[in-house]
Amino acid sequence: MDSPILRASGITRTYGARTAVDDVSFELWPGEVLAVVGESGSGKSTLLNCVSARLKPDAGKVEFLTRHEGVVDVHAMSEAARRLLARTDWGYVHQNAAEGLRMDVSAGANVGERLMALGERHYGRIRSEASDWLTRVEMDAGRIDESPRNFSGGMRQRLQIARNLVTRPRLVFMDEPTSGLDVSVQAKLLDLLRSLTRKYSLAAVLVTHDLAVARLLAHRLMVMKAGRVVETGLTDQVLDDPQHPYTQLLVSSVLQP
Amino acid sequence: MSAIDLPAVVERDPNFNFGYLDERTKRMIRRAILKAVAIPGYQVPFGSREMPLPYGWGTGGIQVTASVIGPDDVLKVIDQGADDTVNAVNIRRFFQRTTGVATTERTTDATLIQTRHRIPEVPLVEGQVIVYQVPMPEPLQKLEPREAETRAMHGLAEYGLMHVKLYEDIARYGHIATTYDYPVMVDGRYLMAPSPIPKFDNPKMHMNPALQLFGAGREKRIYAVPPYTKVESLAFDDHPFEVQRWEKPCELCGSRESFLDEVITDDKGGRMFVCSDTDYCRSRSESNG
Amino acid sequence: MSAPAIRVQGLSKKFVLHNQGGAELPVLEHVDLEVAPGECVVLDGPSGSGKSTLLKCLYANYRANTGTVHIREGDTETELGSATPRELLRLRRDTVGYVSQFLRVIPRVPALDIVAEPLVDDAGDDPEKVREAQRLAKNLLLRLRIPQRLWFVPPATFSGGEQQRINIARSFIKPRPILLLDEPTASLDADNRVTVVSLINEARERGAAIVGIFHDARVRDSVATHVVNMTRPL
Repeated sequence: MDSPILRASGITRTYGARTAVDDVSFELWPGEVLAVVGESGSGKSTLLNCVSARLKPDAGKVEFLTRHEGVVDVHAMSEAARRLLARTDWGYVHQNAAEGLRMDVSAGANVGERLMALGERHYGRIRSEASDWLTRVEMDAGRIDESPRNFSGGMRQRLQIARNLVTRPRLVFMDEPTSGLDVSVQAKLLDLLRSLTRKYSLAAVLVTHDLAVARLLAHRLMVMKAGRVVETGLTDQVLDDPQHPYTQLLVSSVLQP
Repeated sequence: MSAIDLPAVVERDPNFNFGYLDERTKRMIRRAILKAVAIPGYQVPFGSREMPLPYGWGTGGIQVTASVIGPDDVLKVIDQGADDTVNAVNIRRFFQRTTGVATTERTTDATLIQTRHRIPEVPLVEGQVIVYQVPMPEPLQKLEPREAETRAMHGLAEYGLMHVKLYEDIARYGHIATTYDYPVMVDGRYLMAPSPIPKFDNPKMHMNPALQLFGAGREKRIYAVPPYTKVESLAFDDHPFEVQRWEKPCELCGSRESFLDEVITDDKGGRMFVCSDTDYCRSRSESNG
Repeated sequence: MSAPAIRVQGLSKKFVLHNQGGAELPVLEHVDLEVAPGECVVLDGPSGSGKSTLLKCLYANYRANTGTVHIREGDTETELGSATPRELLRLRRDTVGYVSQFLRVIPRVPALDIVAEPLVDDAGDDPEKVREAQRLAKNLLLRLRIPQRLWFVPPATFSGGEQQRINIARSFIKPRPILLLDEPTASLDADNRVTVVSLINEARERGAAIVGIFHDARVRDSVATHVVNMTRPL
């Protein structure tokens, strides 16, 4: 593999006088997990939205290496192509699982939707594939016909993950995937994410404010403050040998139980 | 026979323009119809006019009929297959009054048929036009209430959601539970709501020699299926589309092929099954002797 | 003498504590070092002389301020300071193994899976390779006297010595050309110390270049081919 799977160059996004993301660039290679950490207002979520094509940057380019068509400029693609990409080769895990699920249809339908959207027309196959994925995210496949409204937060997140991974995307965007969950639930979910990213060689951009999450899941770390990247490198290096004053502050601020 | 005695012949009322609508409005609607015919199954917005009956009573169908009807047309109006229900009678009288065209109850004699919720049993032929009354033109509306989103889905042919709904039915009931207004793919491109006809009638839309027009007055949409167009009901490979069947034939004419209505005959639970298409039933009875 | 596996030139490292008024802690000053395949270089010196820091610089866990660290991969060398994250990750995966002083426990992953992980990651989808990885992991755990009842338990509740042995097994299961060992026998009893010494010597005999810190003089004498004395910076 000679090309990065994702390349962001000079991403800038402003809101009026305020610069939310200021000239951020990075490359992501297949199978790499990149964590973007920062406090509120750092611009990390805006950056994620820019590179995942949810938001158009004011400047800069986002390029994605497709399976069969080479490198494409994500914001220059047609709406149809972008939507197709979002349903096949990309995944997006929302912080609030309800935003990434159809709450009014069953778990099985949620997982099977992407398959149906891609033309799968055999009910039995859709159902067994959905059932497989529920098991892979450590859910009880017997709950395949239940509505996500009956699921706990942790289970909804697992369902969201399964829904995204069913088309074997090569790139997954995650926005605080475990925030807001109980600590023990968070822990299990992190383990699941860790094993899935390794097992399926997922490339991922993971936004989090939690350094421990970054340590556990990410190969690389980007620290953002006021829209800029202040430090970047291997996760253990940035956390064990922080160079930038802000990074040092962040690392020293983390409570150790 | 209704309790009120109506005059046998309805006079053309010269105070109304031919077909009630002004010529400019008819032209606008015809343009919408042309566009609809050019893009089979695509919902064309149109400037739906105020009609002398409220929304929900067929204003869309009436506007379409009013725009295409000519002095030489022979009009048939049915409601749930019957020519003699209140709605059918009133709409027929409306057109008699505003156009003076001949009307008929025989499908074979009609050039223009307006229908609510059924397709006649007698196969239509080239040159005939059938106008469907449509309450809700958007097949995805119950699943995706945002119009911006459904427009994008139609534009991009992203119809996975419809299959999600069918999947849910099978998961919940063991079979697809939709029995009327069963979604179809038109010409392999657009997902269409055929109006609340029973799914029994869906196969009749496929490769039909007649022109099929659909009008939704409240929702302000017109769509069309040109003659000899592919219309396929959605299904799964392992749960194919199936039509309703009855155990007994029609008790009046003996038909085993038509759509039967259940009629309650007394207050002790007595019931009988008879053809919903009154013209069809009567023709068969007459030929049976 | 074959080409060096590790080549350190003029390496300096200091910590700057920005949140303590910019206080500077120099740890390494102008360090030069070469380690060839088949050598085991032991870093010796008092606490604070930068032994662990040097090891971490060799693993790209710490970032040097000046100087270079060249790591050999086959016919080419990669300089850590100018390497991309991708290159560094590749180096760690295939070339440089590291046994840290403290096991940063990956919570809730069973011991056997932690040990097998480096090989399982390489195995991809191949179930045969995954099984082989687990087999090798079990052998190592047996050799290091980790009882079977602990194999399917996460190491968070293990004793210090048990955790250390898991650490070691994980680093030794995939033979790499370079091994960095930071006090690998610190919490071990005599028998396990002997086992680890064997593992180290076996690695050296197959041509690995090893840099290690050993508190225990006997262990040091059993494995070292060279000793480097380090002193605190002035």
